[in-house]
Amino acid sequence: MSFGKFGKVSYVSETKLQEFEKALEAGRIMGTKCKTCGKLYFPPRADCACMKGDIEWVELKGNCRLLTYSTIYFAPASFRYEVPYILAVAQFEEGPTVLAPLNKDLKEDEIEIGMSLRLIPMELAGGRVIYELRKI
Amino acid sequence: MSKIAVIGVGQTKFSRRPDASIKEIAFEAFKEAVDDAQISTGDIQASIICSATHYDKQRTPAGVIAEYLGLNPQPTFNVEAVCASSGVGLRIGWSFISSGLHDVVAVVGFQKMTELSSAEVQEVMGRSGDVMWESPFGTTMPGYFALYARAHMQKYGTKPEQLAKVAVKNRFYATKNPKAMFQKEITVEDVLKSRMIASPLRRYDCCSNSDGAACLILAKEEFARKVTSNPVWVAGLGLASSPMTLTSRDTSLSSFNCTTEAANQAYKMAGVTPTDIDLAVVHDCFTITEIINYEDLGFCERGKGGPFAEEGQTYLGGKIPVNIDGGLLAKGHPVGATGASQIRTLVKQLRGDAGETQVNDAKIGLAHNLGGIGMYCAVTILKV
Repeated sequence: MSFGKFGKVSYVSETKLQEFEKALEAGRIMGTKCKTCGKLYFPPRADCACMKGDIEWVELKGNCRLLTYSTIYFAPASFRYEVPYILAVAQFEEGPTVLAPLNKDLKEDEIEIGMSLRLIPMELAGGRVIYELRKI
Repeated sequence: MSKIAVIGVGQTKFSRRPDASIKEIAFEAFKEAVDDAQISTGDIQASIICSATHYDKQRTPAGVIAEYLGLNPQPTFNVEAVCASSGVGLRIGWSFISSGLHDVVAVVGFQKMTELSSAEVQEVMGRSGDVMWESPFGTTMPGYFALYARAHMQKYGTKPEQLAKVAVKNRFYATKNPKAMFQKEITVEDVLKSRMIASPLRRYDCCSNSDGAACLILAKEEFARKVTSNPVWVAGLGLASSPMTLTSRDTSLSSFNCTTEAANQAYKMAGVTPTDIDLAVVHDCFTITEIINYEDLGFCERGKGGPFAEEGQTYLGGKIPVNIDGGLLAKGHPVGATGASQIRTLVKQLRGDAGETQVNDAKIGLAHNLGGIGMYCAVTILKV
């Protein structure tokens, strides 16, 4: 169990949030919620900034709305063979936001800010796990 | 509160510098600033060395730079706030003097971005965001600002042509600044035809990696009055932060909260309002950033940054001249040197020493220096 499989490339493998990766492998998108102040975090955090409470895992349905996006043509070295790819920021119906890739099959003219999307857990070749935004 | 002045400024030309090491480019800027202040190295009681150290081959570069500048055994250390490093360095220098610890401090900002191979730069670039949640998806510097650009366009109807106007203006003024990297004018058409980097941002919407250094000599009032008849005073300082992850920011993604916060602090401290500012240098790492800065700094109404650029309000003779030194887009952006270079531009203007681009009767200038993907912001107001 680790965090080292999350993302197309990973830089952080040690965290208190290893459950996140395990849930993603099982097809669930998890956030964390503070048991005291009720704040919902996505991406999840192991600690609430209110400093008063423990956190618990909560599942997010994955339904969201597109806030903004960009097609990346000039990429970091590890992503050089993937260009062009689309990155987007979307807001979950539960409130938090997510930065994630937008499914490549979508053409720029089919993308509209405000459109409904779903964040889908995915397994990549080599066992890496990611999430991706798709049109619903 | 005692007054603190900028008594000397220096800057290398911003360009590719395969002919010089980091110590040598820092020396060029330092020498120019010391000569400008008409002091000697021995007058300097501390040095603050500013760079985004992930671009440096040298670990903890303050060590070798202070040695090379002849500034041992005085205190020295590195300051890193990515692109805002020397903007933050100025604040620390101010605090050193204000506290009474030192009378004269040198702030040296530098970057030799071409010291890394392009593969290494690409690797560093891939870690510009939160490496746990955002970099794993291939985020880039232009990509982050492109997300802001798209959101701003959607919310306010800002157009690519308006973004292009910013690049055209800054390239135009760079041709009047011998220390600027780019010396050729471009047109709106050139910008709109340049290759896409991260939609909607194209090549000419983005600043370039470059090498260079800039240096500021700060001094307490008594010392300043002894060595110069035209001191430029630090009248207002603001420094603020925003969350690094985009997902923890205001969901409008069309304003930088750290800018508004830092600007409010600086305006309040200086006792001025945006309409009092005679000229500004703002952090135009991308064209969209300059447009958002107009709004965040209060130079135009929220959402009107695009038309403000389009109408030419930020040219000399407009409502407020902005980046008439070429800005990051055309002067070049050697990350750690940018904040100090901005201050140099203001100091020259406020002394009435800006030549062809002189703003008539300039008395108050504002510098805005943003760090990284908009998580740090330093705003400085200078007065004569």
